[in-house]
Amino acid sequence: MTHPSDTGPAPVLALRDVVKSFGAVRALRGVSLELFAGEVHALAGENGAGKSTLIKTLAGVHRPDAGHVLLDGEPVQFHGPGDARDAGIAVIYQEPTLFPDLSIAENIFMGRQPRRALGRIDHKATRDATAALMKRLGVGLDPDRPARGLSIADQQIVEIAKALSFDARVLIMDEPTAALTGSEVARLFGVVRTLREQGAAVLFISHRLEEIFEICQKVTTLRDGAWIAGEPLAGMTEDDLVRRMVGRDLDELYPKQEVAPGEVALSVRRLTREGVFTDVSFEVRRGEIVGLAGLVGAGRTEVARAVFGIDRWDAGEVEVDGRKLTNGAPSTAMAAGLALVPEDRRAQGLVMDMSIERNIGLTGLRTTVKAGLVDRGAERSRSLDWAVRLQVKYARIADAVSTLSGGNQQKVVLAKWLATDPKVLIVDEPTRGIDVGTKAEVHRLLSRLAADGVAVLMISSDLPEILGMADRVLVMHEGRLTAEIPRSDATEETVMAAATGRAA
Amino acid sequence: MPESLTRAVRWDTVVGALLIVLLLLSFSFVDGFGNALNLSFLIGNTLPIALIALPMTLLVVSGEIDLSVASTAGLSGAVMGKLWNEGMAIETIIPLCLLLGVVCGLVNGLLVTRLGLPSLAVTIGTLAAYRGIAQIVLGSDAVTDFPTQYLDFAAGRVGDSFLPQAFLPFLALLAVAAVVLHATPFGRSLFAIGAGEEAARFAGIRVKRAKLLLFGATGFMASLTGVFWALHYASARYDNATGLELSVVAAVLLGGIDFDGGKGTLGGAIAGVFLLGALQNVMSLLNVSAQSQIVVTGVLLVVSVLGPRVARQISVARAGRRAASAPVPKAPPTPAA
Ligand SMILES: Nc1ncnc2c1ncn2[C@@H]1O[C@H](COP(=O)(O)OP(=O)(O)OP(=O)(O)O)[C@@H](O)[C@H]1O
Ligand SMILES: [Mg+2]
Repeated sequence: MTHPSDTGPAPVLALRDVVKSFGAVRALRGVSLELFAGEVHALAGENGAGKSTLIKTLAGVHRPDAGHVLLDGEPVQFHGPGDARDAGIAVIYQEPTLFPDLSIAENIFMGRQPRRALGRIDHKATRDATAALMKRLGVGLDPDRPARGLSIADQQIVEIAKALSFDARVLIMDEPTAALTGSEVARLFGVVRTLREQGAAVLFISHRLEEIFEICQKVTTLRDGAWIAGEPLAGMTEDDLVRRMVGRDLDELYPKQEVAPGEVALSVRRLTREGVFTDVSFEVRRGEIVGLAGLVGAGRTEVARAVFGIDRWDAGEVEVDGRKLTNGAPSTAMAAGLALVPEDRRAQGLVMDMSIERNIGLTGLRTTVKAGLVDRGAERSRSLDWAVRLQVKYARIADAVSTLSGGNQQKVVLAKWLATDPKVLIVDEPTRGIDVGTKAEVHRLLSRLAADGVAVLMISSDLPEILGMADRVLVMHEGRLTAEIPRSDATEETVMAAATGRAA
Repeated sequence: MPESLTRAVRWDTVVGALLIVLLLLSFSFVDGFGNALNLSFLIGNTLPIALIALPMTLLVVSGEIDLSVASTAGLSGAVMGKLWNEGMAIETIIPLCLLLGVVCGLVNGLLVTRLGLPSLAVTIGTLAAYRGIAQIVLGSDAVTDFPTQYLDFAAGRVGDSFLPQAFLPFLALLAVAAVVLHATPFGRSLFAIGAGEEAARFAGIRVKRAKLLLFGATGFMASLTGVFWALHYASARYDNATGLELSVVAAVLLGGIDFDGGKGTLGGAIAGVFLLGALQNVMSLLNVSAQSQIVVTGVLLVVSVLGPRVARQISVARAGRRAASAPVPKAPPTPAA
């Protein structure tokens, strides 16, 4: 591996020939990376390529098995995330780790709140500082609100605010935008640009390639833990980058099949949940993919939860294949052929300590049964079948899902629900954290499901995904459906206008 | 990693091995341990703990606990004595008592599932309440004159072996509980509920119903134990089985059932029960003072809570997994959703 920094300024933070293994899994095999002041550096690679592991090594969470971490050109040993933080490195991890019972402000200033005389915590100063951070990010989150119940996107924003509050020299962000919509991403990038101009070094991970090209100057690519390239982005195309990540050319990202819509499979009429969403009516036909767009907090996820029976609705009704669903009963919704891939894979989608096999098996407890007992053979082959179809990268099917990389966990959630052979499939951020190759795969899968007569409702913050895949786009704004746009008229402008409430 | 994973899961085997070692040592070195009378005492005295441990294991796996079981047992014994004094037929009394137990359990279950109260708090409350009702029902009387064939069954042995007759129905119940927990969809969903309740709900598992069912079953087994206790010791008093809940919980935890739910095996729990029972028996034979016995039991409880965790921690550290799952070293917080 080359060390191009022999001349010029030393990198603020660097990795040199780092190796890191988990048991038999070689997550990093000789990776080098250099972060310079005033530069945004992208880290690219498929799910499980080792990006998060690299970040955790930089941040002192993991100790490298071999190789060094260099700070200002000098080798350092971080004995934990605290050491890295003291060295001016702020990290946003892929999965939010907020304390649910503390307020947003307390989460952000955990352990370093402004003090008043006698060491008392200055709550007002804490709150004001938090409000200022929120303003900088352009979001209206109440600093006093407890973290419990925040959507994934809001949790991500709190993590971002926390990282910004450190005034760090190095800012490391592991998929900070995965749950955010265009306007929040734009705000974040504004902040990142300012930081960069002030001389911070930034490391950025995203599976949305257009974001990488928008904000980064350099990119390092990993494949299966191996260092593939470290180079300037200028002059590269998305295809070049994809080729480095995947090692081959990519098929079409939005393989949309034209399907003639059949009968109505899901019908939602005047659904209202007091204070959350109001008077929501729509239909999804067999063979259709309907996109549900809107800003974070518009109520998309909440509608999906109510339809599936997780939350009760106060008025209205839901029918699947002409069968009325019981209010607040996911088991009857499932029996009617409804499936929901929820947004929060760690809390809602998966039982983290359970094996891949059993997580997928959870949705089949009613069907993989012989004489009243779990049919383990059938359970295993059902799980294996779907894990393989979705190309989940795992060592053994009996391993806990917590050992998988984020994107591979997401695939297990998808597998778990596709295995139920649903008539109506609601997917909430189905490709959050999934790499481009697999994303295309998931899209192809959704397309094929629709062609087979499944009705798909797709919630996504990734607007190109909605535009690329949906036959119709429903748009929500502040708890109401504000627009229904046919595929032919759906553009970034029309959807964003409806999402921000600028047009009806 | 597979090797360390199995190591983490196999705390129950450790307990089973400990039980066997203890039995072998006791047979060889403790006077009076091996004779049929002592063994039947040992098993007979451990049976009440074992009976309640069956549903308690399922309950703890699902993330809940019931501390009112001993009071429920005491209450059903007291009601049994009272009704017997009133001249009711024992064939009617026993089903009534069992029904009462189910009601006690369902009250706990409803308070937990409908009001969303923590089961620890709820059942500490009903622990006091049920015992209080038992005292109101029977006062300080002791009812001893139950029909002899019932007393004989509860205290008798199979032929002239050391096995108590009541051990056979227990084995049947053990088999049922083991199948339910480890082989049925219901049992599978209990592990899911204990390890990730929200994800279980999102998978269409009827969490509240499952918990209610378990509390009902626990009440049933507690009152069955109460009936057995009154017959086995030929004495129905309001304070029967006082403190039994601690032995049950200690034994279940010792057997590797994680207090936080989602982990453990019924085999481990039952091995824990008999390990504790055998240890107490041996200590009595060796004339260890009551106070020292309590200390030993206490130490064992601490070990039982720490043991499986330490075992898991070691294997986790081996696989280098700890660091990844907890970016912040102190108190890994749960995601806030
Ligand atoms: N704690 C762990 N224990 C065992 N294996 C692990 C652990 N953490 C990561 N791995 C494995 O190391 C590899 C790299 O994982 P990592 O999380 O770094 O991937 P990633 O590039 O961040 O992927 P994604 O885009 O899906 O987030 C994967 O095969 C993963 O299963
Ligand atoms: Mg990752």
